[in-house]
Amino acid sequence: MNDAHERATDRSDPLVQGERLDLASIRARLERERGEGFWRSLDEIAETHEFQEFMRKEFPRQAAPLESSLDRRAFLKLLGASMALAGLAACARPPAPREQIVPYVRQPEEITPGKPLFFATAVVEGGYAEGVLAESHQGRPTRVEGNPDHPASLGAIAPTVSATVLSLYDPDRSQSVLERGSARTWEQYVAALREALEASSDGSGVRLLTETITSPTVGQQLRRLLEAYPNARWHQWDPLRSDAPLAGARSAYGEDLVPVYDLGAADVVLSLDADFTNRGPGRLRYARDFARRRRVRSAEDDMNRLWQVESTPSPTGSLADHRLPLAPADIAALAGYLATEFGVAGAPSTGLPERVPEAWAEALIDDLREHAGRSLVIAGLDQTPAVHALAYALNEALGNAGETVRFVASPEAAPTVQADDLADLSAAMQAGDVHTLMIIGANPAYTAPAALRFDEAMALVERSFHLGQGFDETAALATWHAPQAHVLETWGDARAFDGTVTLTQPLFSPFYGGRSELELFAALLGEARTNPYDVIRDAWRARVEGDFDAFWQRTLYRGVVDDSASSERSPTLQPLSGLELPPDAELVLHVVPDPSLADGRHANNGWLQELPRPFTKLTWDNAAILAPATAQALGVSKEDRLAITTTEGEVTLPVWVQPGQAPGVISAWLGYGRRAAGRVGTGVGVDLAPVRSLAGPVTRVSGATRARGRHRLATTQPHHNLDGTGERRHIVRAGTLAELRAEPDYPTFVHPVAHHESDIFPDWPYDSYQWGMVIDMTVCTGCNACVTACQSENNIPIVGKDQVLVGREMHWIRVDTYHHGGLDDPAFYHMPMACQHCEKAPCEPVCPVAATVHDSEGLNVMVYNRCVGTRYCANNCPYKVRRFNYLQYAELSTNASELSLANNPEVTVRSRGVMEKCTYCTQRINAARIQAGNEGRRIRDGEVVTACQSACPTEAIVFGDLADERSSVSQAKRSVLDFALLEELNTVPRTTYLARVSNPHPALDPNGGA
Amino acid sequence: MAVTTGSRVVETTRVLGPGQTPTVLDDTVNTPVLSGRTPAWWWAGFSISALLLGLYLLSVVHLITSGVGIFGNNQPVAWAMPIINFVWWIGIGHAGTLISAALLIFRQPWRTSINRFAEAMTIFAVVCAGLYPILHLGRPWVFYWLMPYPNTFGMFPQFRSPLTWDVFAITAYATVSVVFWYIGLIPDLATLRDSAKSRFQKLLYGSLALGWNGSARAWTRYMRAYLLLAALSFPLVLSVHSTIAMDFAVSQLPGWNNTIMPPYFVAGAVFAGFAMVLILAIPLRRAFHLRNVITVRHLDNAAKLLLGTGLIVVYGYGIEIFMAWYSGVEFEVYMAYNRVLGADHWWAFWLLILCNFVAIQPLWFRSVRQNPLALFVISVFVSIGMWLERFVIVVVSLTKDFLPSAWFNYTPTFWDWALYAGSFGLFGTLFFLFLRLLPAVATTEMKELAHHDAHHGSDYYERIRREYYGEEAEA
Repeated sequence: MNDAHERATDRSDPLVQGERLDLASIRARLERERGEGFWRSLDEIAETHEFQEFMRKEFPRQAAPLESSLDRRAFLKLLGASMALAGLAACARPPAPREQIVPYVRQPEEITPGKPLFFATAVVEGGYAEGVLAESHQGRPTRVEGNPDHPASLGAIAPTVSATVLSLYDPDRSQSVLERGSARTWEQYVAALREALEASSDGSGVRLLTETITSPTVGQQLRRLLEAYPNARWHQWDPLRSDAPLAGARSAYGEDLVPVYDLGAADVVLSLDADFTNRGPGRLRYARDFARRRRVRSAEDDMNRLWQVESTPSPTGSLADHRLPLAPADIAALAGYLATEFGVAGAPSTGLPERVPEAWAEALIDDLREHAGRSLVIAGLDQTPAVHALAYALNEALGNAGETVRFVASPEAAPTVQADDLADLSAAMQAGDVHTLMIIGANPAYTAPAALRFDEAMALVERSFHLGQGFDETAALATWHAPQAHVLETWGDARAFDGTVTLTQPLFSPFYGGRSELELFAALLGEARTNPYDVIRDAWRARVEGDFDAFWQRTLYRGVVDDSASSERSPTLQPLSGLELPPDAELVLHVVPDPSLADGRHANNGWLQELPRPFTKLTWDNAAILAPATAQALGVSKEDRLAITTTEGEVTLPVWVQPGQAPGVISAWLGYGRRAAGRVGTGVGVDLAPVRSLAGPVTRVSGATRARGRHRLATTQPHHNLDGTGERRHIVRAGTLAELRAEPDYPTFVHPVAHHESDIFPDWPYDSYQWGMVIDMTVCTGCNACVTACQSENNIPIVGKDQVLVGREMHWIRVDTYHHGGLDDPAFYHMPMACQHCEKAPCEPVCPVAATVHDSEGLNVMVYNRCVGTRYCANNCPYKVRRFNYLQYAELSTNASELSLANNPEVTVRSRGVMEKCTYCTQRINAARIQAGNEGRRIRDGEVVTACQSACPTEAIVFGDLADERSSVSQAKRSVLDFALLEELNTVPRTTYLARVSNPHPALDPNGGA
Repeated sequence: MAVTTGSRVVETTRVLGPGQTPTVLDDTVNTPVLSGRTPAWWWAGFSISALLLGLYLLSVVHLITSGVGIFGNNQPVAWAMPIINFVWWIGIGHAGTLISAALLIFRQPWRTSINRFAEAMTIFAVVCAGLYPILHLGRPWVFYWLMPYPNTFGMFPQFRSPLTWDVFAITAYATVSVVFWYIGLIPDLATLRDSAKSRFQKLLYGSLALGWNGSARAWTRYMRAYLLLAALSFPLVLSVHSTIAMDFAVSQLPGWNNTIMPPYFVAGAVFAGFAMVLILAIPLRRAFHLRNVITVRHLDNAAKLLLGTGLIVVYGYGIEIFMAWYSGVEFEVYMAYNRVLGADHWWAFWLLILCNFVAIQPLWFRSVRQNPLALFVISVFVSIGMWLERFVIVVVSLTKDFLPSAWFNYTPTFWDWALYAGSFGLFGTLFFLFLRLLPAVATTEMKELAHHDAHHGSDYYERIRREYYGEEAEA
């Protein structure tokens, strides 16, 4: 490509001469006129006659779109054409300097075509690293999976992290350096910034705003920068990070410490609104440890007990043995009450909150006391620092400190209370004290509460420099903007929740020409070597003793720096004083980061927009989540619009009525109403900035009234209730540990009805593997990790809100969430549901063209090429797991955008008119079969790991060969808890479930307990 | 009783009005076909049909360029309006064969005046019906994969699938219906050929008449072939809709998986078919001045069949609900509950009861059965009712099946309705062309009937009936 480019520049301009165009000349012209950073304003050149002529000839489909029935998607496809042209310039970029990255597995002599390589790196979310293995097909990253060697992952992966490959290729990412909308070069950007810095030699009037920084190298660079410019100041703002654990530790211990929990050692866990398996930097690790203590296969097994009080149903809370929906003030009051009961000095107490039944509290106190030293109290990220301090004190009082909870120095480079930090910055800007503002990564123009008027303050700053992945709300206000490299595109380092460092490696050079902050800071420090590779190597060479190259190889290979976890501290609890509990309020607004979009940073990621959020199964919208009682009191119902007024401002949200929500609490998700997210995310949902407060996620609501009109919400599971007919269907089998122990051989709750096997078709003969799966409902939290992992592995398209509204979402695996037992405080059950691969599959005999057939290893396979789309199979599937391409959802190769680069080359991209469904990741089975065949052996147990299984933080999914009696899946199937869903239909599914077991406290168990 | 007084027609309850000689029959039936003048009502009807056909073609083009997603189908409602319309049309297509074949075999002479257009109706309804399953495919361009033919894939269809059975059932039915219809037409085509005036008519009828010479040998063989074909197509009346009922009965979806489906579908098809026969016959006999040929007697008989099959269908509704309760299976019980009382679709069931049960009750009265207007209205009700029946079976069952997590409602789109309305255009266009170009009444058979009537004092059954009711003989 590069040669073509040079040849083209040598020729005289064909555009002028009116010759037929070729891509090289277009590129040449663009290079000459604007340089690399041109691409944002491609439409400008598209208006020229020649360009349109070129488009018509080369891309007739784009020049005249056939139809516009699918607006969003059609738009994306159109985008594909223009951006494909934009990508041409990327091909002609000067060759990158030679740098070596190290694959996770033994590297072949050279890349074997068709065989992916895995590289250990990390994805950084909210500043903290979660280790991943990035899969690369011939230099093209297509997928990330958890890194089993990384302490914050252990092989699991969160949905937002899985989806990062789609963000990587997002054509809406920023692609050019801009100064007030005009294209500039990176060198000009750096020069302007240096000039601004040097204008005040001591750095006064210079401010820097970043997200949370845990990177040792960036932290070091910033410290040096601040030394060089002593009056400059560095602020951090990241809505995903909670200030409370740090602020709580400051008041309890007087140090910048953070707790690290050992859930594997805890018999009894009290969670004060803590969604510890799903939020916060240690979530995946905590989920794994917690689940390992909870898994039950037989009556001999033991399990932990979880007490949960929370305002809105959380994945963690749905596993609780005792769950109580409480308003934040009540949760704080309960913490105070418990602290007083356990004799914590200085604990504020207003007595037991009314909503907590006395028997409940008594049982809880007994349980904690009984398990002193093996219990654990965790405060949630949305709780106040006071509650965190009380939780720390409770753990001390129970003797848990050093046992189930350890304290380490905060892994952050400069731990601060970020709300204060942002307020300081905003005040300084308003006062006119800031002439130069650098914003790295953060998007305060969107994420800061509206009351701060950050956007107005930015206008008062003389020069602002933004480095970000998107041309977002902040970039639009900044004087200068430069594209930032994605974490999979550049070198770097970052710490995990326990301080463990990962060196992040690039999978390829920045796809859209982004730059790393390492490079920027190195340039500002006047270093000779600004390449991130050199920067990171130089920084670590200084830190490592001994053979650096060996260290480098080993570290990149494993994805963690050995022994880099923060050392444990043994702090002394200071007497608590001055802790204030939040006042009781009739109605509060609780702002929560969106389970998928986080603080809105993932808003342009279609996978995440369309990911059915836990419990509500909402997609493409945020809502005011109300308890049924609250909705009744306010006189609103689902999809009404509710105008909510707080002390900060007003916002109007559609209503979602959620059983299990605490009365008096309106929960709403952050991350919507983006004004400049990109074509997918802009304008989706409602921005909560007007009602947000820096004081915390909970604000008092002064008025909530029904507004005019209704708003349709796209939900993928409209019927959740298991009462009535749902209960009689015996879909969910649930019992207590005591019930299991009472009937250890054949628990009635697992098999409530007898059934008789009969079939007119003969059994299938097998002489090889027989694949099967077991899903453990006791530990499934409904976190959606499996859904996104599957979407990424199997090239599952998104369909858009309109199509979700008519019930055509394409996910191969869905998490069915049911509730049972009243609207106010129901029990929740999650049931991941994918193709069950029935032995006697009802879909098979009804297909007139034999497009869905049984294979020799028990899989029910879909032959896309043969499918004519009668959809009879879907009608006859009692599990309703088949998905049909009603329209052309996937991008066709003729007009694919960059997003199609995230596709897994091992999996067919389906066209419209064909049926699809879970394949048990048949491509992975085949890869293992080939490997085993080459080595002349059978596939080993654990060698085939499905995408959903590998992502699962709680190891709820087990897959393997049923023909092998020793395989883990065979062992799981032998559990007395194993049941087949709808077994009375005699479909004989290969996926079975382990009944949900809970472990209620004997005093509260309605059945009397053990 | 005089039948024709100027243009005034007095209704008769005889199978054939008096004074129907071969010449009169030729005049009433064949003259308008051969006439150069096309009546205004024909142009009006044809234009409306052609407009609707245009809508049909537009829908098909949109369907093929965009995909089956232009309809309201979803997960779990993978089959919806196109399948409802398919079953509806194929049901309508039942009356023709029943009238021509079954009634011929049972020697019901009253069939003769209505069999021709009823057969035409059958064929056109099968055309409308048969296109739906093809258009409804995700990839309609490979519909032929459902047929067994030697191919390079080495693949045959999967014979366990009821959809494969459907292909055979429908193609067999369509083929036999067309052949039967055409054989029946030959002597009439020859009559038209003989009196054709224009070159176009001579060419058209001349080539279609296949050299019919009216010899005794030709007549003997013709009659034998006709009877044999009738015997061949009689079982098809039962088999086609039984097979289509299997599409549902073979599945395990509550509301579909019922052994009663085949007989119940057949009865429903005859019910719907006769309703459509009446909807077409009542205006037709007026427009073509055929009230002496298609007499009130025909209407009365059709109405009795309507009532009888209607009651079988209603029995089917009752049995479905009873069996759901009797099975004790929660899925079946809930399906029945959801049909009858469910929040989303109870209206469909009760409208269905109104149309298919309540609306046919007046047919117990002879005065209603012999009142063309009342019959027309009741037939329209029945047609709507039979559409609703398929809606209740297909859509309502699918919306709520086994796992509540997968329940989802269904809303038809503009294109669902457009293709349905358009299929009327297809049917209407074909039917109006038929009316203009071919004799709508089988004149040959009518002449035979008239001959019997005149020479042998025929209408034996009529005499029995009259004796039974103690009526006086008509003039």
